[in-house]
Amino acid sequence: MDNFTVGVVVFPGSNCDRDVSWALEGCLDIRTKYLWHESSDLSDVDAIVLPGGFSYGDYLRCGAIARFSPLINALDEFVKSGKRVLGICNGFQILTESGFLPGALVTNKNLNFICDDVELDIVSSKGGWFNNVDEKQTIKLPIAHGEGRYHCDSDTLKKLVDNELIALRYKNNPNGSSFDIAGITNEKGNVLGLMPHPERACDEIIGGTDGLFTLKSLILK
Amino acid sequence: MDQFAVKVFVRLRPSVLDPAGEATKSASIKLGAEGIKSLRIGKMIEVKIEGNDENEVREKIDLLCDRLFTNTVIEDYEYSLEKL
Repeated sequence: MDNFTVGVVVFPGSNCDRDVSWALEGCLDIRTKYLWHESSDLSDVDAIVLPGGFSYGDYLRCGAIARFSPLINALDEFVKSGKRVLGICNGFQILTESGFLPGALVTNKNLNFICDDVELDIVSSKGGWFNNVDEKQTIKLPIAHGEGRYHCDSDTLKKLVDNELIALRYKNNPNGSSFDIAGITNEKGNVLGLMPHPERACDEIIGGTDGLFTLKSLILK
Repeated sequence: MDQFAVKVFVRLRPSVLDPAGEATKSASIKLGAEGIKSLRIGKMIEVKIEGNDENEVREKIDLLCDRLFTNTVIEDYEYSLEKL
């Protein structure tokens, strides 16, 4: 595991890339490498994080332009090979825009940019992203978004529920998300997208460590 | 080659809540406008594009609408096209 390297993607407008790198390197001793969005060579990374921020200024729709970057094009093969991809906040929006995850993220119901700590129920630990030791486990993670309301049609929601693809649900839905959804995985479980920021909850000194498990699970095979 | 002016209208699907539209509706009522039953906000994209004929241009615009201008999970579109 010594050489295991997590690629942290940097788009113009990403602003959580350094936080993710700090959390992985400083708190978990996992090596990281920044990947500029124009690179399509993913051969020397073992997992990828799409960090939060405002890629391409969130022009048109959040994540809509980022979807066309060479790196996202190369991500298809990476995901198919079973390697792990974590999309946080804007990264989650990019994963839905590019079709790696179903649904879409739209403007918060109350129109506010919400910056807060939220309580989350771990619904499924598919893919091993969460430490689901007992059925009613909750964690607390920070959120910071204006467009985090998860939306999908009823067929998609049924599929998410039936296949245990809903990873996290808000205890007190802050943004109007369908079914209180805060994070979902793909069917294989190797792609997780979530609006909360695990990288901002990796040290007691900044308010909690509930994000550590998810970041650490990037090194799972 | 002919040039065409295209106006693409992008709308949130009816099933998607439009909080900005709701807020604008509420402000419209405060302004004194009566009888507003519904108000939803979309966007309009203007494109000038060259092509050999209208069908060729429509193909390009359809592709742009389906893959870039809209997210079909949450949005619908329609467009008008005028030969310049």
